[in-house]
Amino acid sequence: MLIMNALKGDRGGQILLGVLLVLVIAVPLLNLMLPPDHLLHIPTYTVTLMGKYLTLALLAVAVDLVWGYLGILTLGHAAFFALGGYAMGMYLMRQIGDRGVYGNPDLPDFMVFLNWDALPWFWSGFDQFWFAALMILLVPGVLAFVFGALAFRSRVSGVYLSIITQALTYALMLAFFRNEMGFGGNNGLTDFKELLGFDLQSDVTRLGLFVASALALALGYLLCRVLMAGRLGRVCVAIRDAESRARFIGYRVENVKLGVFTVSAMLAGVAGALYVPQVGIINPGEFSPLNSIEVVVWVAVGGRATLYGAVVGALVINYAKSYFTAELPEVWLFALGGLFVLVTLLLPRGITGLLRRKEASA
Amino acid sequence: MPLPRSVVRLLPFFVLWMCVTVLLSLSLDARSAEKDEILAQVSALLVKKFDDKARAVALLVESGHPRTEEILRLIKDGELYYRKKDDRLFSIPLAETGAQATDLLDATAVVIEKTRDFKKVTLNNLMRGQIGLALAEIGLKSEDPKQREDAVRKLLGELSDESVAVLRKRIGAEPVSAVRELISIALAVNDLKNGDEAARLLAVERVEGSLEPPVRSALTQVAETDASPVVKQKAQLALNGIDEQIRWYGMVETLYFGISLGSVLVLAGIGLAITFGVMGVINMAHGELIMLGAYTTYVIQQLMPNHLGASILVAIPAAFMVSALVGVAIERGVIRFLYGRPLETLLATFGISLILQQAVRSVFSPLNRSVSTPEWMSGMVEINPVLSLTLSRLYIILFCLLVFVALVMVLKRTSLGLQVRAVSQNRAMARAMGVRSKWVDAMTFGLGSGVAGVAGVALSQLTNVGPNLGQAYIIDSFMVVVFGGVGNLWGTLVAGLSLGIANKVLEPWAGAVLAKILVLVFIILFIQKRPRGLFPQRGRAAEG
Repeated sequence: MLIMNALKGDRGGQILLGVLLVLVIAVPLLNLMLPPDHLLHIPTYTVTLMGKYLTLALLAVAVDLVWGYLGILTLGHAAFFALGGYAMGMYLMRQIGDRGVYGNPDLPDFMVFLNWDALPWFWSGFDQFWFAALMILLVPGVLAFVFGALAFRSRVSGVYLSIITQALTYALMLAFFRNEMGFGGNNGLTDFKELLGFDLQSDVTRLGLFVASALALALGYLLCRVLMAGRLGRVCVAIRDAESRARFIGYRVENVKLGVFTVSAMLAGVAGALYVPQVGIINPGEFSPLNSIEVVVWVAVGGRATLYGAVVGALVINYAKSYFTAELPEVWLFALGGLFVLVTLLLPRGITGLLRRKEASA
Repeated sequence: MPLPRSVVRLLPFFVLWMCVTVLLSLSLDARSAEKDEILAQVSALLVKKFDDKARAVALLVESGHPRTEEILRLIKDGELYYRKKDDRLFSIPLAETGAQATDLLDATAVVIEKTRDFKKVTLNNLMRGQIGLALAEIGLKSEDPKQREDAVRKLLGELSDESVAVLRKRIGAEPVSAVRELISIALAVNDLKNGDEAARLLAVERVEGSLEPPVRSALTQVAETDASPVVKQKAQLALNGIDEQIRWYGMVETLYFGISLGSVLVLAGIGLAITFGVMGVINMAHGELIMLGAYTTYVIQQLMPNHLGASILVAIPAAFMVSALVGVAIERGVIRFLYGRPLETLLATFGISLILQQAVRSVFSPLNRSVSTPEWMSGMVEINPVLSLTLSRLYIILFCLLVFVALVMVLKRTSLGLQVRAVSQNRAMARAMGVRSKWVDAMTFGLGSGVAGVAGVALSQLTNVGPNLGQAYIIDSFMVVVFGGVGNLWGTLVAGLSLGIANKVLEPWAGAVLAKILVLVFIILFIQKRPRGLFPQRGRAAEG
């Protein structure tokens, strides 16, 4: 009921969810049922690539939630994404068991390599999936909560907030690069074998991950839509457009910001957790400030404060990135940079904004 | 008369060898004429028994031949060899097949075909002492007080009866007081080791406060093992004093490193303090403007490879112009459409930074380029034995202060500065007074960008110049500006220096990376407490 109400009038969202539903049904069928040389067969490689894009789209939705609706330009959301990814990576590392190069049943290879003789305390529990799943939500959530509580209470806003979120992800990147941190240092976590007992290399597992990513995106989208379609959403927009006024009217601006920011960070964590098994590695590079800014551009290109625009932006740019970096690696940064400039100058409402305007004028 | 077969077989080699020597001696006629007998005499003795070698060394030292020092060093370092077949001496820095051997007398170079053709001129301990002493003595007689001081310091490290005798002889004749002081300390160290109780006691007093490492080790030994408790106690006291001083100089050194790192941060941040602080424009391409400055330095150095020293001076205005022009282009082309929308500015300028990075990568290749440091900037200034300062860092500090003062002067003393301040304080009113605010915007942005370029010149001396140079500094620059308080050049200076010092103070304790993380976390927390930085702008303009 709530969901129906929220989706009423949200044509973009209806289309998005419809497309996701079709994908969830059609992609496994086309992958498994058709012979590899059939015209419509989707190779597993493509399935994984699509799954990866969908997790990135979920990250973009999370960013759109705070930037589009609350006006918080976060330049550190990749940090939450990466933390979720690391939580998942730690679980996957523990699943390797004694199949690592050194064959140590308890310690991951890199710890054996560093001559550690026991698992650090923060690795305990990660052999259980439920614990890892909890951490995927909790670690980014708690970090966002603490960081947000400090920042929003002291009314750090605008570009200052952007800069300190960037500093946050930069500091985390530096920290995770250190071997002593116990997260594999420079190389990160990789060589995963299986997830919940399913071989990560098998087609079925990969399809499962794709479906999980699509479902996570759909659920994440619905969650954000439900939140933003109601009263909370209107308060958010009020805060975005006139923070002081909203405060003077009596809204607890800090609490709203904090709550939405935390939810967004948790969504980013889930996206990261689904991303890692599909790409097979997580390393500190994921924390790099450039990644966070790129996400913001996906949202900007797709169209702010629409949620489905973020999905469109993430998919379009990532597809373009895959294409350009393979075919014309020289051009990619020119294209991406040019896109930043052009979108901010000429398309403040993004691609979806362009489409909506056409529709309105027609 | 038939020659024996073996002689016949050797004949071609002999002829060849004769030819080579004749040719060489012809070509080097002028030089070989200068060779005096002494060298020949010495080299003849050097391949024989130790007694003869010792005589050779004595002969050489006595003769005062200009090459004495060089030859002694070769012997001492084991780089002097003789060829077995003709007993000629060669200097061979690296004894392996294919390496080069240089004839000691006529400086001709030969390639070593078999290492066993050559044999090292060996030494015994007696000779080693003799040579060391002779070398030090030569140093003591040098014209240059600096070299004399080095010679004394050398002797201080390896005191022996002979060297003490040499020093005793020298102390009266020494004209420079600093060198005399050092000699007397060396003598005192000798007393510490060998003197009777009274002499030791005196010596302890004499060496008090000296920072020479041998003094410290001699004192440590006395403090631990001396027979007399009085001497022991005194030595311990002197030792404590020295340790205290060493600790203090260690702190001075940390401070120096901190200030030099801080001035790099200030240089990188100060351009941003203008564009971000005064104009309120978030320029994410600031790091790339620094990078352009560094590349300008590289290009200028390539253009004038024979004048490295001057190239860096030419590079400063050139880098300013390049970065300033690019900055004005960015302002006119993009930023002016986005005034009042800081977040969009941030994104657009980030796009520009990506384009600039890729442009540099396409033009100069993604590899790092190294800019060489001119001679007048390299080297060390030795303040005392435990503290020496790198000259290049010193120049960076001075340069940073120079740039800072110049900027403050521009903002406070020129009409452009007046207009910049007017526009930043109240744009509408400034326009009403006839200030061309758009022109001022462009000029301000150009100024900030140009300063970034100048920072690039300084950075090119410290790190490799590569496409990622800018990215490495952008976050630091923002931290400095935000920490110092936006719109305040003095804040930037204080913030940069204090962050640099904090970083270096934390470093020995926490490691470089962790120190950086701690500083970042500190700033993040600090911004929560004082969102407007150390020195916030007051008044209505700050309400934002």
